[in-house]
Amino acid sequence: MEQKPPILSWQSGALFLVPAFLFIAVFLLFPFVWIFYLSFTNQTLLGANAANPQFVGFENYARLFDFDSWLNRGQFGSALFITAQFVIGSALIGQVALGLALAIVFFRRKGILRELVYVLVIFAWIIPDVVVAFSWVAFLNRDEGTFNAILSRLGFGRPDWQLEHALLSVILFNTWRGTAFSMLLFSSALATIPPSYLETAEVAGASAFQKLRDILLPLLQGHILTDLILITLWTFNTFSIFLLTAGGPAYRTEVVSIYTYRIAFQFFDFGQGAAIAVVVMLINLALALIYLILLRRQSVYT
Amino acid sequence: MSGIQLDRLSKHFGSVAAVDEVTLQIQDGEFFALLGPSGCGKTTTLRMIAGLEKATAGTIKIGDRDVTTLAPRERDIAMVFQDYALYPHMNLLDNIGYPLKVRGIPRAELQQRVTEAAQSLGIDHLLNRRPAQLSGGQQQRAAVARAIVHHAQVFLFDEPLSNLDAKLRVEARGFLKHLQRQVGVTTVYVTHDQAEAMALADHIAIMEQGKVVQMGPPLEVYHRPRTTFVASFLGSPPMNLLRGQLDLAARQVRVNNAAISLEQFRGWDRLVEHAQQNVNVVMGIRPEHLTIAQHEIPQSLTGEVYAIQPLGAESLVIVQIKGEPVSVRLFTDDTPQFSGRVWLAPDLQRVFFYHPDGELIA
Repeated sequence: MEQKPPILSWQSGALFLVPAFLFIAVFLLFPFVWIFYLSFTNQTLLGANAANPQFVGFENYARLFDFDSWLNRGQFGSALFITAQFVIGSALIGQVALGLALAIVFFRRKGILRELVYVLVIFAWIIPDVVVAFSWVAFLNRDEGTFNAILSRLGFGRPDWQLEHALLSVILFNTWRGTAFSMLLFSSALATIPPSYLETAEVAGASAFQKLRDILLPLLQGHILTDLILITLWTFNTFSIFLLTAGGPAYRTEVVSIYTYRIAFQFFDFGQGAAIAVVVMLINLALALIYLILLRRQSVYT
Repeated sequence: MSGIQLDRLSKHFGSVAAVDEVTLQIQDGEFFALLGPSGCGKTTTLRMIAGLEKATAGTIKIGDRDVTTLAPRERDIAMVFQDYALYPHMNLLDNIGYPLKVRGIPRAELQQRVTEAAQSLGIDHLLNRRPAQLSGGQQQRAAVARAIVHHAQVFLFDEPLSNLDAKLRVEARGFLKHLQRQVGVTTVYVTHDQAEAMALADHIAIMEQGKVVQMGPPLEVYHRPRTTFVASFLGSPPMNLLRGQLDLAARQVRVNNAAISLEQFRGWDRLVEHAQQNVNVVMGIRPEHLTIAQHEIPQSLTGEVYAIQPLGAESLVIVQIKGEPVSVRLFTDDTPQFSGRVWLAPDLQRVFFYHPDGELIA
């Protein structure tokens, strides 16, 4: 192929890149390197180590992976385990699966039900975090909450959601909160499938299940993977649970992001907090890599 | 195998009648074309036969079965779409074999039947390719192979050739007609290309605004168009249509100040009947039924040469008569040498007269 001459010389091209690069350097690269450095020190906010932090090697990391106690509540292992449940529950089963199901159920349908569901789901997505959190706290309140008012009318009693089913309620909350993104992504992906694909299958004699399995899901594969990457990473790093439960009761909803916050900004143990941040970063990287490899493998036909 | 009967079939979208009381008899094993401009309801009619659209009123019968309310898969049909609808994530074997797969045919038999179908279309060497690795013509053949693989009672084609370039399209016409004759399956073929419909079909139905305006064997429709719409849709270039007035006393028709005697015209009686209400008519004459001369000839119209188009076996001369183009087809080996003022004499045996509304008078 003939190579076209570039519009700009490389010098002026580089000049245009400088502002963006500076921005990235100051707000991304520098903190990244700084965190990495901090994680090998005993830097704190107050006390002797605040002024003269010492290099402590892998001590911070060793403390994280102290396998005698790490699954105890409030420890790193426990936070990871809770995060895993939270991600599987609210990201994979909740947002991605529910979003996909909604998009498919309402695919090529019109009518008031579809509009109503879409409006409600998107509404849950666009309200500011703080408002949502407070309304959920009110919704789930044991004595005054709407949810229990409904349940008790139906004869299910009045469980204390925030205490007895704390993790379940934050999983429900986050599913409710974020399903709109997946639903919209899958809806627009479905809209790009030519009608003739499904009509051909219909004429050929395929049942609804066969159409889903043989045509819709394979064609959505790429979108499903992309959505999985995004939702998993967002859910892994989300902090909005803090507004609902602050990680409690007794660390039972303390996911890794809240754990990091507690160590770094409530105990002011910056070195330890930095070590957690580095581990979390590596986990995120690993997740992203797995998805990207899968994505590359399935995109051979396009 | 079986014929298709449509009885007063209608489809309304809101207050618009996309298909309006269409009644058609399609014989067992014939190649039937639905022809018309876009928006005339031909594709909607086809989709109702397929079961992809619900009929608002009327009935559809395939063979002896009333299929009007049946789902597509219960109708035992195969359909080829304009975009071929080959699945990008399946290779050709799986694409062509898909109708067999959903019917639960064992893999070994599926492979054998797909290979047979692919062989008859000359694409059996491509079976492990994906659609994206095929040319347009190969994709089109694959879509046809998928339609013939499960031995359906009826084939439905929705403009299957319109995504091909002109040369491939003419080639594909040949294999489609050959294939249809070989398998002998009742075929309904939707197209807006009149040449395609004429070349392929045993019968064609021409649709306009949701109604069938004429149905019959292609040449019959070509040689005796029942309305000016049909006349102007069939043929390339189509029939010339010229406004004129009848003069009963002089027994002639006046077209643009020229008077042509209708002394010998076969349908004079019907023209007389028409002229009692209205002396205005539209005279229709095919380009091949005009004689052109550089000098004045009797019973002729006169105009200026506008353009000459040599096409190989034939040539077209476009003559402007009072600003209206009139085409003349000449079968000569040389480029016709006409210029300036010319005279055109219609073959009165081949002239038609239409009501100004478009209906054939004689």
